[in-house]
Amino acid sequence: MNEAREAVARAHQDEWARVVAALTRRFGSLDIAEEATAEAFLVAVERWSTDGVPPRPGAWLTTTANRKAIDRLRRENKREDKHREAQMVQSGAPPEPVGAVEDDRLRLIFICCHPALAMESRVALTLRMVGGLTVAEIARAFLAHESTIGQRITRAKAKITAAHIPFRVPSELDLADRVSGVLAVLYLIFNEGYLATGPDTAPVRADLTAEAIRLARLLRALLPTNGEVTGLLALMLLTEARRTARISAAGELVSLEEQDRGVWDAALIAEGRALVRERLAAAVAGEAPGRFAILAAIGAVHTSARDFRDTDWPQLRALYDRLVALDPSPVVALNRAVVVGEIDGPDVALAIIDRLEPELSGYHAFHAARAEMLRRLGRRSDARAAYDRAIELAGNTAETADLRRRRDRLG
Amino acid sequence: MQYFVSVIDDESVSDNTDRRPAISAFNERLIAQGYWVFAGGLADTAAATVVDNRGEHPVITDGPFIESKEYLAGVWVWDVPDLDAAMALATEASKICDRKIEVRPFA
Repeated sequence: MNEAREAVARAHQDEWARVVAALTRRFGSLDIAEEATAEAFLVAVERWSTDGVPPRPGAWLTTTANRKAIDRLRRENKREDKHREAQMVQSGAPPEPVGAVEDDRLRLIFICCHPALAMESRVALTLRMVGGLTVAEIARAFLAHESTIGQRITRAKAKITAAHIPFRVPSELDLADRVSGVLAVLYLIFNEGYLATGPDTAPVRADLTAEAIRLARLLRALLPTNGEVTGLLALMLLTEARRTARISAAGELVSLEEQDRGVWDAALIAEGRALVRERLAAAVAGEAPGRFAILAAIGAVHTSARDFRDTDWPQLRALYDRLVALDPSPVVALNRAVVVGEIDGPDVALAIIDRLEPELSGYHAFHAARAEMLRRLGRRSDARAAYDRAIELAGNTAETADLRRRRDRLG
Repeated sequence: MQYFVSVIDDESVSDNTDRRPAISAFNERLIAQGYWVFAGGLADTAAATVVDNRGEHPVITDGPFIESKEYLAGVWVWDVPDLDAAMALATEASKICDRKIEVRPFA
């Protein structure tokens, strides 16, 4: 019984996207693919515990889901579908060559992250179709009503059908843009897990970070030579490695400076750094590093320091300079300023930060960074005011707690 | 798959560039590639008239059905395989017309 349940759970991790993707290609409908795949897993829960786990769970699930899809089409029994249905029944469920199946999952990812869909729809659709999360699980992760998430997914599927969004890997010409769109979706999922927003939520939602990493691993398996895919996976691993050290027993966010580096996950760090080295080698060979590759390299510098003081700040500044050249956003400039503060002192950093005020005055991290520099400069009342503003704006419970502690420590 | 392609103009942006030669060349390409179904530029919205005969008597109103800063300046109908193809053409069209483009499938 337990063995069967574990096998279903494992198959859900390994096979869900494969089955949905194969059915989407065969029936040309995400709707049918999703429903039939979900049904097949329900059947598996029943049957595997009585009949035993089949030798090839993935093939069993695909066959069962195919039958469920055909059953549904039969039930709907539309006259114009008769011919199509007959063809589908005749073709049975031939075993798919591995290459084609891999491509199907890639097609599935690209259709779910299509730029013609709203960002929030892409996120929900990707988690449902590729990640296999239930609507209830997605709703819980994003603190939304189930009906809201359900509607988002339904509307996205309806648009895909009505607007003829194709189920295929984009042309070479569009590939780079479309991959970066996929990466934006995965990064958003990861960040929502890593720095969850909302006054009553857990500060870190490991289910979302784990899911984002799983999806990034899948994408890397499908696009192994894409530098930004590798960069994003490395960035996620090097960030996730520090997760447990980031929240104190009291539920406060712990800054990098104060984290117990002994509890960082050495295996994740090793894996992430190996990927960063791979990108470094590519950079040496002349392939310009992208935004995620640079962010991952920044993560690698942090995770290779024995303690905070051991951090290679000049190296970090060089990486941030490259990042600014690629992504001149004020948030990147703010992070760079913090690094500059470690090299040139808080007065220099504060001058840079203050120049960002028009763009970042509504961003809690701007006020938190300002407060930190003001504190170091001994300007206590200014620091307090900046902490107050940061606390007002921060959305993460652990971050708010940490900011309060810092403010109260000013004395 | 046919798409209704709207060229959206913004009355707050003045533009005296004559884009007709570039649009003509683009149309020639659409025709050569078999995508072209229809194209037409529209007169100013001030020339629009709305007729509403849902009630007892027809009601005639001067002006467009919706008053807004943004308005429809022209339309295309394209016949292309899918939305990706339509979006690729719309990307070019937007550059050529220097206008926003809406791509909407026929039902």
